[in-house]
Amino acid sequence: MRALLRRQRYLLDYSLSSLARRPGKHLALLLVYTLIVFLLASTLLFTQSLRREAALVLAESPELIVQRLLAGRHELMPADYLHRLGRLRGVSESYGRLWGYFYDPAVKANYTLLVPRQDPPAPGDVILGTGVARARGLGVGDYLSLRSARGEPFSFKVAALLEADTELVASDLILLGPEDFRRFFAFPADRYTDIVLRVPNPSEVRKVAEKIALALPDTRPILREEILRTYDALFGWRQGVVIVLLTGALLAFVIFAFDRAAGLSAEERREIGILKAIGWETGDVLRMKFWEGAALSLTAFLAGYLLAYVHVFFFAATLFAPVLKGWAVLYPDFSPLPFVDGLQVATLFFFTVFPYTVATIVPIWRAAITDPDQVMR
Amino acid sequence: MIRLAQVSKVFNQGRHNEVRAVRDLSLELDTRGITVFKGPSGSGKTSLLAMIGCLSRPTSGRIHLEGRLISNLPERFMTAVRRDTFGFIFQRFNLIRGLTVLENVMLPAYPLAPAPSTLRDRALDLLRQFHLAERANNQAEWLSGGEAQRTAICRALINRPRILIADEPTANLDSQLSRELLALIGDLADQGKGVLISSHDPLVFDHARVSRVVELRDGRLA
Repeated sequence: MRALLRRQRYLLDYSLSSLARRPGKHLALLLVYTLIVFLLASTLLFTQSLRREAALVLAESPELIVQRLLAGRHELMPADYLHRLGRLRGVSESYGRLWGYFYDPAVKANYTLLVPRQDPPAPGDVILGTGVARARGLGVGDYLSLRSARGEPFSFKVAALLEADTELVASDLILLGPEDFRRFFAFPADRYTDIVLRVPNPSEVRKVAEKIALALPDTRPILREEILRTYDALFGWRQGVVIVLLTGALLAFVIFAFDRAAGLSAEERREIGILKAIGWETGDVLRMKFWEGAALSLTAFLAGYLLAYVHVFFFAATLFAPVLKGWAVLYPDFSPLPFVDGLQVATLFFFTVFPYTVATIVPIWRAAITDPDQVMR
Repeated sequence: MIRLAQVSKVFNQGRHNEVRAVRDLSLELDTRGITVFKGPSGSGKTSLLAMIGCLSRPTSGRIHLEGRLISNLPERFMTAVRRDTFGFIFQRFNLIRGLTVLENVMLPAYPLAPAPSTLRDRALDLLRQFHLAERANNQAEWLSGGEAQRTAICRALINRPRILIADEPTANLDSQLSRELLALIGDLADQGKGVLISSHDPLVFDHARVSRVVELRDGRLA
């Protein structure tokens, strides 16, 4: 066992010196390899942290949201439904929500206007999401001027800005009081946008949803887990698009690696011949080349992953953020929480190191089975 | 004793460029003393040494080493015989560029995996014996012809082989260096090593320490 380990150590020593002796060739390969790992790891790390971030923020959201439908479209909720839904067994609390969308032609962006349930802003005040504040160049104490759908001008005083840690889902948010909301949208007084139900027991959520569907057939209950699943699918889809694009780059790398390995120089072939002539087996040469590839792969993998980690968690994934996050104009500007998933690392390792190893093994094997007497002629 | 029975070596067999390097050669060689294979270029000397040294297999015929058939062994066993029994000194030295003299000398022992300190001490001993100790950490490509040849001898001796095989060892040396080399080879023969040399250099085959000269021509004994 000891001799076996020592033998591998000798082969590894030789492999490292072999890498160092041809810096030009190996450095180019290392750079391309690192870049590929960096791109793939950045995509995976960023998407994973987006999902996690959204899940953390939505963890506080209500278990059930009930919307009314008319001809299959979202319709305003009559206020008397609130009383009927609040009486259902399992529902501990119910309240109506007021929210809507507003297109601001000044910055060509859509805002979400929402009346918070607790501590709504005083009449004439608004609280802005950081995306809106950035887009309009507003700070606390400034005035936000909007022209309503009926063409009336409104002016709101910015009372506060939302905290940056909610930016991923609240970048485009404007919080305002109920009276301002109803006036701005000319919203009927006996209507809500939708109704929220609190169901403390998770196993009752689906049952409550079924009861709602029976009691109020013109409504649609939306479960929190469905929203989370939608986010998950959305980010998963975006990740998929980027990975499909990167597959081309990965394929190009495999061809590049094959070309590099197949194009063993005359000097390298001669070296393999000498090693065999002085007593190395074909297996020793293959093992030596394996260590060479392993050293290169691991260095590229670690460097690429580390760079991706810095890119995603310290520079907020500057390169990919617009594609992966979405938002047409109001890009959320948030710093994802550092998070590494072991399975994801293993998957990435497999998809980068394995193709390289397969691409290089055949040409190296062909060189390694050269007759050792070549060096005598 | 090395015994060759009707050994032939054909390159590119069945093709338009077929070459019969060795033809039905039968021979017995002592594994002690210095044996020189002489003959003009293309006479089959190198091919014969390559087959004896387990670097290649004969196309037909058999080679026995101390009674053991070695010419039809699988690659792995053939490599083991080559590594344990023979040490090679090549015409062009075949040192690996970029490695130090010490690393070049230690290379054949890597697959045997001796303790690193033991291997290093053994290599340094050899370098001292061949007056190369101060060159141990120099790159192989910086050596003069004579130094490179002596480094190649140290490398050939690192696994303590019983037989040394030297292919045209004086081809790249001047007369003075050739004489020095032959003296060194003579010393090794005195220490009990068998030495097989291929050469068409009279300095080699006329040397007083040579115990036997085998002359080849067109792949046959002349």
